[in-house]
Amino acid sequence: MMISGAEIVIRCLQEEKVDCVFGYPGGSVLHIYDALFKQDQVKHILVRHEQAAVHAADAFSRSSQKVGVALVTSGPGVTNTVTGIATAYMDSIPMVVLTGQVPSFYIGQDAFQECDTVGITRPCVKHNFLVKDVKDLALTIKKAFHIAATGRPGPVVVDIPKDITAQMCEFEYPKSIQMRSYNPVVKGHLGQIKKAVQILKEAKRPIIYTGGGVILSDAAQKLTELAHKLNFPVTNTLMGLGGYPATDRQFVGMLGMHGTFEANNAMHYSDVILAIGARFDDRVIGNPEHFGEEKRRVIHIDIDPSSISKRVKVDVPIVGNVNDVLDEILKLMDADFKTDPDVANWWKQIDEWRSRDSLRYTQSEHIMPQFVMEKLYEVTNGEAFVTSDVGQHQMFAAQYYKFDKPRRWINSGGLGTMGVGLPYGMGVLMAHPDAQVACVTGEGSIQMCIQELSTCKQYGFPIKIINLNNGMLGMVRQWQEMFYSKRYSQSYVTSLPDFVKLAEAYGHVGMKIEKPEDVEPALRKAFTEHKNDLVFMDFIIDPGANVFPMVAAGKGLTEMILAEDL
Amino acid sequence: MRHIISILIENESGALSRVAGLFSARGYNIESLTVAPTEDPSLSRMTILTSGSDEVLEQITKQLNKLIDVVKVVDLSEAAHVERELMLIKVRATGKDREEMKRMADIFRGRIIDVTEATYVIELTGAGAKLDSFIAGIDAGLILETVRTGVCGIGRGDRILKV
Ligand SMILES: Cc1cc2nc3c(=O)[nH]c(=O)nc-3n(C[C@H](O)[C@H](O)[C@H](O)COP(=O)(O)OP(=O)(O)OC[C@H]3O[C@@H](n4cnc5c(N)ncnc54)[C@H](O)[C@@H]3O)c2cc1C
Ligand SMILES: Cc1ncc(C[n+]2csc(CCOP(=O)(O)OP(=O)(O)O)c2C)c(N)n1
Ligand SMILES: [Mg+2]
Repeated sequence: MMISGAEIVIRCLQEEKVDCVFGYPGGSVLHIYDALFKQDQVKHILVRHEQAAVHAADAFSRSSQKVGVALVTSGPGVTNTVTGIATAYMDSIPMVVLTGQVPSFYIGQDAFQECDTVGITRPCVKHNFLVKDVKDLALTIKKAFHIAATGRPGPVVVDIPKDITAQMCEFEYPKSIQMRSYNPVVKGHLGQIKKAVQILKEAKRPIIYTGGGVILSDAAQKLTELAHKLNFPVTNTLMGLGGYPATDRQFVGMLGMHGTFEANNAMHYSDVILAIGARFDDRVIGNPEHFGEEKRRVIHIDIDPSSISKRVKVDVPIVGNVNDVLDEILKLMDADFKTDPDVANWWKQIDEWRSRDSLRYTQSEHIMPQFVMEKLYEVTNGEAFVTSDVGQHQMFAAQYYKFDKPRRWINSGGLGTMGVGLPYGMGVLMAHPDAQVACVTGEGSIQMCIQELSTCKQYGFPIKIINLNNGMLGMVRQWQEMFYSKRYSQSYVTSLPDFVKLAEAYGHVGMKIEKPEDVEPALRKAFTEHKNDLVFMDFIIDPGANVFPMVAAGKGLTEMILAEDL
Repeated sequence: MRHIISILIENESGALSRVAGLFSARGYNIESLTVAPTEDPSLSRMTILTSGSDEVLEQITKQLNKLIDVVKVVDLSEAAHVERELMLIKVRATGKDREEMKRMADIFRGRIIDVTEATYVIELTGAGAKLDSFIAGIDAGLILETVRTGVCGIGRGDRILKV
């Protein structure tokens, strides 16, 4: 039977078991929206700005491991998605973005709402396609899902000219796919894995350093098993939080620019690093020369060879999927596998570092942001999905909410995109309709996608917005305070809206919380009495609170500024 | 260090811009780039002349391999290979220069492929350095136009780049 290109698009989504799409209509995708209208298997969430559609699809994926899907029109619809696509790309999030394009016979003529989608998105996608023939449509969409989800995941854009969505064609969805140019490695090299196990045996000051790859590969359980067998300390990157239970004794906290004293010291003074799905980011190792001063052996498991030896020279590269490689390592650790007895001394040293209690903070008469995070953790029993925007509040959430499970911490690490928090909450709720979702944000960030309060009303997304309102672009102000002699250039936000009224105007519940003693009751109220409402909680916090520890730009990982130094 | 990277890539529209975009986005340099379909029209062969430290070259090959359309990548300069470049050079050829140009072309095993009263077009192939020395060897004032293809290369003997 012949069906239209638009119907093919929808059938492909059905075949991929996509149950929801985030999008916004327009001229070039009208046929597709019409096909969408005629079925009810694929739900559509109408956002208020295309950027939010992509962020929501991204969070759908982050929180569920399924591929998120967004659908937008040509021209401005596409350009509005670029921030969202780049955000997903930097964090290796699998996603398919379907974009309308002007009819193929108009391409290149500066037609109404034409833009070079493939060109504009090329540097921030894993791959992209322009469909030129309706006969290629199904195969192209199949390829898009395959590429997005396999190997090192990432966003894939499929640009579909309007005439192609009108043309008729037989539909057949390919069962499997073979691409001679794309065959990601899954299994690690056994010889290398054996070498790694030998090094783990010899390690005296080991550290397991893990990142987003553990989450993406759903390997949290295996990581925990391995770490327990080894009794080595574990640190996570910002993207790796939840990949190892934060309440476990072996967890030394996040490392890096705002990592704990113990994590950064343990990383720096280690003699063996087992790096798993982490890419030695500049916010993680600090000054590379300083980091390189200590002699150590590095084992690096990553599915992307280009992540290995990119910033830090690796001794044992293992290219493969974390889950598969950890399996192999565990298999090789037979009954009489023993680690070096010196590790006990290393633990003594680590516990000494730990006793500095580098996340300690002092209460003031104002609400401290750290305190709000601790209370949020208590009130939600550590079970919430926490989405975050970008800034100080993001770091406080990462430091003080102890994630025991993967895919609960949803934030933009690589691109650091302000504005993701609220649409991320929407994406999480589409994947987990009954979950508790807290969006930790700042008065700066929340205003970058505030229009989504309307979407949340339409679909009844009961997100709890935790606005850590310091009246400042706090993270910028912190740098200016510390490195620009307190010249607060453009980091003070005036003329803030009354967020309570704003929330109410959108039909939600608003709360303003100004005293420390009101923090917990307000949170409890929001999560119980207002369980099914979106609650905008405007916490007026200490405007001077800073994030510590901090490794200043260009400094070594151990050259941290601690709160106690000030 | 100078390196010649050979790439087999799906002959899709936009493939070239993916490679060129990768080089510019990551700050790798391209000294020359040539591309054309192979005996299998679904595949193109690209040759890129670049330079960089061992670390940079390692990243270049890894990043190229990451491109979805790229089927294979080799660094030709890692082992025995031959390389050639084609140059067409238009020179003023009048009076005593006419004879001199002909002589130089002969010395470099070039061919004169277009002749007018006042000009020659000389075709030269060889390693880039040979073309450079031809240019250096003639009076710069007589050069009207040069066009070079950039390096293309192939491994010697059993070194074969094929799907
Ligand atoms: C304000 C701000 C402050 C920040 N401060 C910090 C900080 O203090 N500490 C910190 O850590 N980060 C910090 N970041 C985040 C930082 O910028 C990076 O995003 C982060 O460190 C990268 O995490 P990652 O190394 O886990 O890599 P990711 O970006 O998560 O990359 C994952 C890696 O795993 C690999 N991978 C993917 N899937 C698999 C698989 N199946 N098998 C094997 N490998 C796989 C990928 O190839 C990649 O190399 C901050 C960001 C912001 C915005
Ligand atoms: C889209 C975007 N623009 C600019 C920045 C730079 N930036 C990083 S943090 C920050 C301040 C964020 O302010 P706010 O949301 O109030 O959070 P706070 O730091 O005060 O907690 C800015 C401007 C960014 N990360 N993203
Ligand atoms: Mg703020």
